[in-house]
Amino acid sequence: MKPFDYRRASDAAGAAALVAEHPGAAFLGGGTNLVDHMKLGVAAPDMLVDITHLPMDRVEALPEGEGGVSIGANVRNSEAAAHPLVRERYPVLSQALLSGASGQLRNAATTGGNLLQRTRCVYFQDTGTPCNKREPGSGCSALEGYQRYHAVFGASPDCVATHPSDMAVALVALDARVVVTDAAGGERRIPVAELHRLPGEAPEQDTVLSRGDLITAVELPEMPMAARARYRKIRDRASFAFALVSAAVGLELAADGTVADVRIALGGVAHKPWRALLAEEALRGSAATEAGFAAAAEAELSEARPLPGNVFKLELVRAAVTETLGEVAAELRGEGEL
Amino acid sequence: MTATAYGRPGTATGTGPPRSDGPAKAAGTAPYAYEYRVADPAYVAPVQATVARGRVLEVDAAEAEAVEGVIAVLTHAGAPGLDTGAELSGLQRVAELAVLQSGEVSYRGQVVAAVVAETFEAAWHAAALVTVRYEQWPHDAGFSDQRADAVAPEEDHRQGEVESAAPAEVVVEQTYATAMQHNNPMEPHTTVARFEGGELFLYESTQGSYEVRRTVAALLGMEPERVHVVAPYVGGGFGSKGPLHAPTVLAVLAAVALPGRWVKLALTRRQMFALVGYRSPTIQRVRLSAGADGRLSGVDVVATVQSSHVADFVEEAAGPAKSMYAAPNRRMGHRVVRLDAAVPTWMRAPGECPGMFGPEVAMDELAWACGLDPIEVRLRNEPERDPHTGKPFSSRNLAACLREGARRFGWADRAPEPGGRVENGWRVGMGVAASAYPVVPPPGDSWARIRYEGEGVYAVSLAAADIGTGAWTALAQVAADALGVPLERVRVRLGDSSLPEASLAGGSTGLMSWGSTIHAAAEEFRRGHGERPEPGAEATGHLPANPAQDDYAMYAYGAQFAEVRVHAATGEVRVPRLLGVFAAGRIVNARTARSQFTGGMTMGLSMALHEESVVDARFGHVVNGDFAEYHIAANADVEDVQAHWIDEEDPLVNPLGAKGIGEIGIVGTAAAVANAAYHATGVRVRSLPVRLDDFIGA
Amino acid sequence: MDADISLTVDGQSHDLRVDTRTTLLDALREHLHITSPKKGCDHGQCGSCTVLLSGRRVVSCLVLAVAAEGAEVTTAAGLGRDGRPHRVQQALVEHDGLQCGYCTPGQVCSAVGVLDEAAAGWPSAVTPPGAGGDGGPALTAAEIRERMSGNLCRCGAYAGIVAAVEEAARPAGEAPAAPAPRGGGR
Repeated sequence: MKPFDYRRASDAAGAAALVAEHPGAAFLGGGTNLVDHMKLGVAAPDMLVDITHLPMDRVEALPEGEGGVSIGANVRNSEAAAHPLVRERYPVLSQALLSGASGQLRNAATTGGNLLQRTRCVYFQDTGTPCNKREPGSGCSALEGYQRYHAVFGASPDCVATHPSDMAVALVALDARVVVTDAAGGERRIPVAELHRLPGEAPEQDTVLSRGDLITAVELPEMPMAARARYRKIRDRASFAFALVSAAVGLELAADGTVADVRIALGGVAHKPWRALLAEEALRGSAATEAGFAAAAEAELSEARPLPGNVFKLELVRAAVTETLGEVAAELRGEGEL
Repeated sequence: MTATAYGRPGTATGTGPPRSDGPAKAAGTAPYAYEYRVADPAYVAPVQATVARGRVLEVDAAEAEAVEGVIAVLTHAGAPGLDTGAELSGLQRVAELAVLQSGEVSYRGQVVAAVVAETFEAAWHAAALVTVRYEQWPHDAGFSDQRADAVAPEEDHRQGEVESAAPAEVVVEQTYATAMQHNNPMEPHTTVARFEGGELFLYESTQGSYEVRRTVAALLGMEPERVHVVAPYVGGGFGSKGPLHAPTVLAVLAAVALPGRWVKLALTRRQMFALVGYRSPTIQRVRLSAGADGRLSGVDVVATVQSSHVADFVEEAAGPAKSMYAAPNRRMGHRVVRLDAAVPTWMRAPGECPGMFGPEVAMDELAWACGLDPIEVRLRNEPERDPHTGKPFSSRNLAACLREGARRFGWADRAPEPGGRVENGWRVGMGVAASAYPVVPPPGDSWARIRYEGEGVYAVSLAAADIGTGAWTALAQVAADALGVPLERVRVRLGDSSLPEASLAGGSTGLMSWGSTIHAAAEEFRRGHGERPEPGAEATGHLPANPAQDDYAMYAYGAQFAEVRVHAATGEVRVPRLLGVFAAGRIVNARTARSQFTGGMTMGLSMALHEESVVDARFGHVVNGDFAEYHIAANADVEDVQAHWIDEEDPLVNPLGAKGIGEIGIVGTAAAVANAAYHATGVRVRSLPVRLDDFIGA
Repeated sequence: MDADISLTVDGQSHDLRVDTRTTLLDALREHLHITSPKKGCDHGQCGSCTVLLSGRRVVSCLVLAVAAEGAEVTTAAGLGRDGRPHRVQQALVEHDGLQCGYCTPGQVCSAVGVLDEAAAGWPSAVTPPGAGGDGGPALTAAEIRERMSGNLCRCGAYAGIVAAVEEAARPAGEAPAAPAPRGGGR
């Protein structure tokens, strides 16, 4: 690990300015991904700006009329998952958080850090192999290598990595947005669905954020279907494993039983949490039946481009979408046991 | 002090006292190798080859040497020399241990340099700054059973005519595969060393302090007595801490290069995927020929395994079939593919563990083909004598294990056909497989010293290693009964080369060989000092030869049962129940023995569902080399795991009547899981690990 | 680059100078010679280094010591009271939930964290949505297995670990609802 200077930030704008000024600087949150990468040589900052003492550590209801909830960027994943406001209004977020990592990591990892964690592609983490994300222009080793955890949607010839977060998948389904403070002291909001990029020709850029941009909070808007939305994670190990495929699903049924509105976001399948817009489009206004759910999954899969080593993920997408929609629909109809 | 008796009413053996080292381990105060407080240590960080084959042209260490705190950069040009012609024990591969003795690179990840620095942080940072220039040669790291250059390491074992035997009524001919695995003990391989005044001191994570002493002494051309090895607590090994590997030698070289200075090296988890061996992948072609009644007429097993151009290590995966079932026509053989790869090593039940996968799944296939209960097929093929040697078995209670396991597991309640049971969207099935592990001669010789300390207290000393087996506790029980004194009067000392030599902890021989040695020492003590010894009275005993060893085939047996659930839509695989019944002679400590069995079964479950070291042949190394990607079973994977045993009297194996139990638990587990998955789904998975993609879109 | 920090470990306060790169784990083991937390993977993937940091279980290998300045750290060596081990430690020995012992101090700290988290009403991935609430979700075997999955054990002592945590989670004097059989001789 390269030597680095350590600074403890005392205000958000100051922290943003400090990182913007120093090309080698990085924000330090819970450290669960950054310190890992520094040990591997994947990240080599010469300055860490510790933001964990900034007052961004509350989960609170947004003002009356806005109806939603704000989660401070420093709120630990375990705290967010356990918070009554999250459990009551957005149980899918609590589920997604709890399905990620381990109890110890969730106690350290922050909301902001979880969003900005980087891919677990084995080649990205191995400085002895080419990787365009780690070393632009060096090539993509996964294209003809180990592909079990790699993308089936939206990849490019330069990168087939996936975003590993579970939390972000739920946030996309919940129409959440991040609040960002920039180096000039300005504040803006970005939908989580637009925060992460597809790799294209610049896989080294995970997000649309600029140097120094600091996520201070995540805001969840009021959403009627959120209280019954659910998260399903499919993985190799029963716990403490990244998703092969996951799905966050929300559903609103009209009085006639058709789908009034729907949110489907998928994890483990793309360079970003993947909003399944084609599936949603196919479902809106159609009958909430098993056949309808399966057709929606097929609509989304028409865009899938699996690699030789992860063709099985298509079947997992099919199962995760169909089954989770079915469970939520059953519960909405009062059939569920949940 | 009265005459020796084991496992009788009132004796210590056969009871289950808690692990004597438990409280210290639970507090974290039992010291492992890296944790001894040594004065002013220097830290060693290896630099590993980034090519799989070639020659080091230049090591540019200028940037590394400029790092504050760097003491030395060791390269093949300047490292202390080793006697690479040294005579080592049969466990060692001198070519693997010839660290920094030449610039040749034989596998990716090989040690090509090392940094020694004042701090851990400086050493590892500087190691990343060492630039090595190579002449890169083409490499070959692709394992397959379709290679013309595979060689037979010895003549195939043959009986009858397996190829030209009369056509059988039922033939199962399939190819089975097990994955490359890494031992991954939780404690990384560690050496803390100091060389001073012609003496070498080592705190080492090892399964055998004397093996380390002798090997290191031979490589350095020293008298073994001048090498001192301390290893009372070892954080697991499962074979990889048996034979020495390159990192130990590297740390020793650093110590020799810096006389008088303690040096410390603990590998990173990633380095453990390159430098301390692995279980070879196996591809097993199995052909079973049988009558419609399931009686075998032929067993043909040819296993292709991986070895290294550095040195040979053959995973004897075709071995266990030799003695399992009766059949007149038999062939067991190995084909070895030598690659530009590191040398494989022992991993828990080498040979037996992967080698029981193919044949035990094939037996299940045979049972279904004949319309027979898989237990019945096995019972019908029980041999009268060892099919391999023709010798009688000292005891063979496989049938009893199968019957007892069937009763406990509820085997009779299983669905009659595969895919016959679905619960809440999960397909449910049951499977069985047999398990066996031989009573092998211990790897090394053993002596034990007994000393009467006065006030009824006896001290028992030998250099044995407790790598988590429970030896600290079980040996005290054996000593108590051997001496005829209460357990609390026995003090045991282990894990230090200043104590009498003890064999390496391997081959499930620890308790058998060390216990028998203590038994012999107690007899010596009684002979020399009678029933009323004076304080300070001492005697040393030697591992007794077993007169029955050559006349009998000696094995422990077991029956492994698994319940498997496969999700109908996603293919997710879960194992809610594992149950093993074992016949392993006398069980000395019921509490720690159960952990040995269930621990082996849990590792078997891990092998069945998860473990696979993925080699990217383009680069030549394991690319999923950490615990996030190389999955071992986590707590949530392991639900109801039970081990039972049957009472087995076998006075022929040793004075204790005990067989080894450290490895048999892992043998057969993966086959039972695969067989249960077939019963659940009708999908036959012949390649490990068994994962969800085996069941979807199939 | 160095930094001066203070840490309170197992009730004792320490002032020390560390490299900013030094992790809390290495500060404990190499600087303070408190070796109860173990280094198993150094990347947060095994749980052997688990300590309680200001009362919460974390993996100390991914915490920079400099960022933990002023923190209160409890290791497995500091959990006992008056010379007696913590009830989790006692139960682990009783149920033989350990073999080589290397992961054990991390298992202990993690289990203590699990007991506190459950008492605080924190759910887990296997807690049904809407369950729990007052008094927290019951620590069933399935809850314990999920919550303890951040602590790998290569010896495979999970069955004993779960039995031990179940016992430690039971109010004193209460008998187990249904003793989990783990097998044994006849």
